[in-house]
Amino acid sequence: MSAPYKTDDNSVVVVIGTGAGGGTLANELAQKGISVVALEAGGRHLPDDYINDEWPSFGQLAWLDARTTSGDWRVSRDFSGLPAWIVKAVGGSTVHWAGASLRFQEHEFRVRTEYGDLPGANLLDWPITLEEMEPWYDKAEYKMGTTRTNGIPGLPGNNNFKVMKAGADKLGYKDCHTGRMSINSQPRDGRGACQQAGFCFQGCKFGAKWSTAYTEIPAGEATGKLEVREHAHVLTIEHDNNGKVSGVVYADKDGNQHRQAARAVCVAGNSIESPRLLLNSASSMFPDGLANSSGQVGRNYMRHMTGSVYAIFEQPVSMWRGTTMAGIITDESRNDPSRGFVGGYEMETLSLGLPFMAAFLNPGAWGREFSSAMDGYENMAGMWLVGEDMPQESNAITLHPDTKDQFGLPVPNVNFSDHPNDIAMRNHAYQQGQAVYDAAGAIRTMPTPPYPSTHNMGTNRMSAKARDGVVNKHGQAHDISNLFVSDGSQFTTGASENPTLTIVSLAIRQADYIASQMTAGKL
Amino acid sequence: MSEYLDPRGLSRRELLKRGTALGATFIVGAGFLAHANDAWAVESKALSPETMAAIIQVARDTYPHDKLADKYYAIAVKGHDDKAAEDAAHKTLMEDGVATLNSMAVATGASSYLAMGWEIDRVALLKQIEDSPFFQAIRGGLVVSLYNQKEVWPIFGYEGESFSKGGYLERGFDDITWL
Repeated sequence: MSAPYKTDDNSVVVVIGTGAGGGTLANELAQKGISVVALEAGGRHLPDDYINDEWPSFGQLAWLDARTTSGDWRVSRDFSGLPAWIVKAVGGSTVHWAGASLRFQEHEFRVRTEYGDLPGANLLDWPITLEEMEPWYDKAEYKMGTTRTNGIPGLPGNNNFKVMKAGADKLGYKDCHTGRMSINSQPRDGRGACQQAGFCFQGCKFGAKWSTAYTEIPAGEATGKLEVREHAHVLTIEHDNNGKVSGVVYADKDGNQHRQAARAVCVAGNSIESPRLLLNSASSMFPDGLANSSGQVGRNYMRHMTGSVYAIFEQPVSMWRGTTMAGIITDESRNDPSRGFVGGYEMETLSLGLPFMAAFLNPGAWGREFSSAMDGYENMAGMWLVGEDMPQESNAITLHPDTKDQFGLPVPNVNFSDHPNDIAMRNHAYQQGQAVYDAAGAIRTMPTPPYPSTHNMGTNRMSAKARDGVVNKHGQAHDISNLFVSDGSQFTTGASENPTLTIVSLAIRQADYIASQMTAGKL
Repeated sequence: MSEYLDPRGLSRRELLKRGTALGATFIVGAGFLAHANDAWAVESKALSPETMAAIIQVARDTYPHDKLADKYYAIAVKGHDDKAAEDAAHKTLMEDGVATLNSMAVATGASSYLAMGWEIDRVALLKQIEDSPFFQAIRGGLVVSLYNQKEVWPIFGYEGESFSKGGYLERGFDDITWL
């Protein structure tokens, strides 16, 4: 039996989504000889298609289906229909990710123990440790060609990095470098080296950045075991009378519905769509949605404590030239409650083109304070601040009571409010980010509010006990043994690092587990 | 600016002859608005030329860039005339918004919004209406219609796409010398 598969073939594993989690899992399963149907809501765009132009690229790649927002986060006011900036295409958000590939720290897998009982925070230790994850991190870094691992040299620093480095050195920060990036610093794995084009967020036209769109997916398809169906938007997951999932219903490009039978279903639609799908799949046997006996599906939505600092200098920086995330300061990522908050944050260079700078520097602002900052665009340097945010039960993806999508299903509402710890951390990060640029000679610094979420995590979290979360340490639903969660929604907590490397590592690990369960006759 | 020139095919010189001065900056006539000194004109299909002139000034006062000529603001707000031609409610929103601004200007002793000499005085009026649908329609639209004009990018130093030139690896990605 090999791809393509029939819709009534119940021997296939159905993977929903083809991003960092789903794309990796689909390939890993196919490499083991397992039959896989990957259903991707978006179309297939490859490097030749990517557009070096922010708004047209956004129109090409972004997930723009209707969503609503609530809570006190500013995104809900400024971008009320766009809680997250993620991708709807084969490759998912690995098409537009910046490439930062950092391992979580040891304590970040056991934050309930490390941080204690923080009021308002629904903290929980992961059911796995860094030690257990290390071999999978090794495999992921090798697969992705992460710089500063496996003997792969770091990327050269661009102007934006040089400004950050100069400030970091003057401030006495010890750990500032061009990062661990899954962007080729030299040709590798059939892909060329980074040409410092900028536009990492718009899809790498040189293919130097790792993306499942042109690594995992074609590798899986080459085995003959993986079929990727594009424009296949999954609406619900179905189950049998024994409470096992049995298939999924999806809509094709023309809105026609199909049912694909399944031996197991792996959900990897990112942390808004994945819980929404489980909730929209409620049945008489599972009235609160699939895998939701804990009531935690959709809850504990995390988006990382974020913010940016842009600074204007007397002379040009031209920050848009070269790798978008060109360097990092990791000194503040430790847990040091003496700073007034638990957890830590990373400082990573970032640049936006002129069109997106206008949209994101200070949404809604006008007048000379704003326009004079835009006048300084050529002389601007920028960094993104990304830290661990606290899981809160009330920060949740829920089904909107009235608003329906193009298929007539309730749209997801994303409710988010900062925890006091998030606010304290952001204030510290703004202060330190501004200090870095002041030390490098900035004449003006601007603490810039969070953008729509790019790191979406935690809404189907892992837990040791079924009552505390949705899935076990393998991403397997506590309630339904042939249902898996394979994306960042399984994160118990968010750590301070960019999530993709951990999502990929978990997917490789999960593929091993699924294969072993099949061999043992349990799936 | 040819795409915005008068569709009747009149030359700018002929247009200017048919128009009358509006302040020091604009010449207005039936269905058009021309710049007094700069070589461009813009058609106004639905909105009065006087309204278009005021909206162009509102646009500049909202995102004032002294290095940008008026034509970039005229291009940026042209969509409101297009929309007004198809949507009577939008036409009313724009005409009434400008009328409100003009009456506020009169209350300060000026003859109109455009006639107010100082940006700070015009901005004080805009501040009073900044939550209005009129102002938010203009401001919100400008974020894309002004800053996403490829013609303004070089004025801000932004270089746009780089793929066709091979990226910046050999073109100055790390050329900073002043640090």
